Amino acid sequence: MKGRRRDIRGAIFRLVLLASLAVAFITLGTLLFDVAGKGFKFLDPRFFTSPPSLDPQEAGARPAILATLYLGLLLLVMTVPLGVGTAIYLEEYADKKRWYNRLLEVNIQNLAAVPSIVYGILGLAFIVRGIGLDRVVLAGALILTLLVLPTVIIAAREAIRAVPDSIRQAAYALGATRWQVVSRQVLPAAIPGIATGSILALSRGIGETAPLIMVGALTYVAFDPSLLGPFTALPVLIYQWTSFPQDDFRALAATAIIVLLAMLMTLNALAIWLRNRYQRRW
Amino acid sequence: MSSVELSTPALRASRRRYGEDIIKGLLALCALVSVATTVGIVFALLLPAIEFFREISIVDYLTGKEWTPLFEPANFGVLPLVGGTMVVTLWACLVAIPFGLGSAIYLSEYARPRTKSFLKPALEVLAGIPTVVFGFFALTFVTPLLRDIGVQVDIFNALSAALVMGVMLIPTVASLSEDAMAAVPHELRDGGYALGSSKLQVSTRIVVPAAISGIVASFVLAISRAVGETMIVLIAAGLQPNLTFDPRRAMETMTAFIGSTGTGDIPTGSIEYKTIFAVGLTLFVMTLVMNLFAIRLVRRFREVYE
Repeated sequence: MKGRRRDIRGAIFRLVLLASLAVAFITLGTLLFDVAGKGFKFLDPRFFTSPPSLDPQEAGARPAILATLYLGLLLLVMTVPLGVGTAIYLEEYADKKRWYNRLLEVNIQNLAAVPSIVYGILGLAFIVRGIGLDRVVLAGALILTLLVLPTVIIAAREAIRAVPDSIRQAAYALGATRWQVVSRQVLPAAIPGIATGSILALSRGIGETAPLIMVGALTYVAFDPSLLGPFTALPVLIYQWTSFPQDDFRALAATAIIVLLAMLMTLNALAIWLRNRYQRRW
Repeated sequence: MSSVELSTPALRASRRRYGEDIIKGLLALCALVSVATTVGIVFALLLPAIEFFREISIVDYLTGKEWTPLFEPANFGVLPLVGGTMVVTLWACLVAIPFGLGSAIYLSEYARPRTKSFLKPALEVLAGIPTVVFGFFALTFVTPLLRDIGVQVDIFNALSAALVMGVMLIPTVASLSEDAMAAVPHELRDGGYALGSSKLQVSTRIVVPAAISGIVASFVLAISRAVGETMIVLIAAGLQPNLTFDPRRAMETMTAFIGSTGTGDIPTGSIEYKTIFAVGLTLFVMTLVMNLFAIRLVRRFREVYE
């Protein structure tokens, strides 16, 4: 026996829920449409081959695109070993009853939520002014590494935890040492999950702007970046161009956004493909 | 995890394996990097901030209503920055919390598994868009839009930055809340239906209350992220420290001050340089308190149902 009135209320509630979900998707669609419309004008080969310029017709983003690629590569090389190492320690070695291991866990969860600008301050204080590594690509990569490390650790831990214990027990029963179990059984089974999580973290890292500004990426660079040379990354260039009042620079910013989003979408698609292709359900 | 118990039985290795010990040491060293990061952040903020508070009284800093550190006469009252941050956070949460929670209830209770498996990753796309892009969108699309529909906003204003930030935070609220709701056992829902409840009643009176600690955690995390968000406010909210509650005006938040001041070539050791760290410390402490609170809440819902 269903009351009619209650059905109407249920239907309205359902509509309200759908509408709240729609807010996110409509905004996303509008944003993509708006950026594509504004940035289409300058999307040509010159954009990829020329350095930034005060003449919008001449300007390109080559040094920034290259610097972002370098940052991504360095980020991957530095975060993955550290992140996976930490995850293995926490999941396979650490005794959870010890206070310091519990503290380590809370510490990582908190670090994942520390505002990115605070990492920028850390970079300003220690890397740029502290150890005197000037405003260079390596400084930017180091600070982004610390920034995305917690995300990689959390993703790697989940992948390692998803490997069933029966596999570990079988290996121990055959006389394997702990490291043999980890390196030959657990890690190979967890690699798809780790790879997916790392790529997603990487895409978060190369989209970051605020910490790079703090380590001096907000600057004019006309030449290709080198590891120990000054740099400006793609998100920073977007910020720079957006802060000019002329419409043409706003259009250039939109073009740079298209390029950045294309890079991030490629990474995301790769992560999703890896997950679907290799992930095993136990 | 349970391998710890497995290795404890009387079957001991016949000899100590030093290679194994070294590997464990190396892995622990990796874990120490995170600890070093936290220690580094605390020291990077604390040391210059202490010097700052030697010159500026902490009471003046926390209660002063004028923030003009770069001009003469310099005033170091942080309230306009805190106020700007609070206004932006409030309006962002007015968007993120209801829409995020609504999305979570839909995904967890109403969507079919196939729809959900498509909608959840699509929501993640929104979460993956860089904040500088949202800033661009707020300044070049939302502000003109607000003016077109008759809202009298300044060119740089807190409102459009906050609205866009709110949409950006919808996935944060939705995904964690949905996790918490998915962890509620099906028996509770079935009990509700057996007593003749409608889906609306089961969702709002059983699932939401049962998942409340996770839902509140998602709110707290969203607030913490709104407080710490930099690029959107740096681009779209303007850089004028205004102590006002009118979101249509230009405002400066704590993060925007750090971001705009940290770029220049301020001489190390000057009072202007130290303000970055004093404001950074204020920001860090505020987000730390919220993060720890959220982490504790999440742990609670994991303990109850998983």
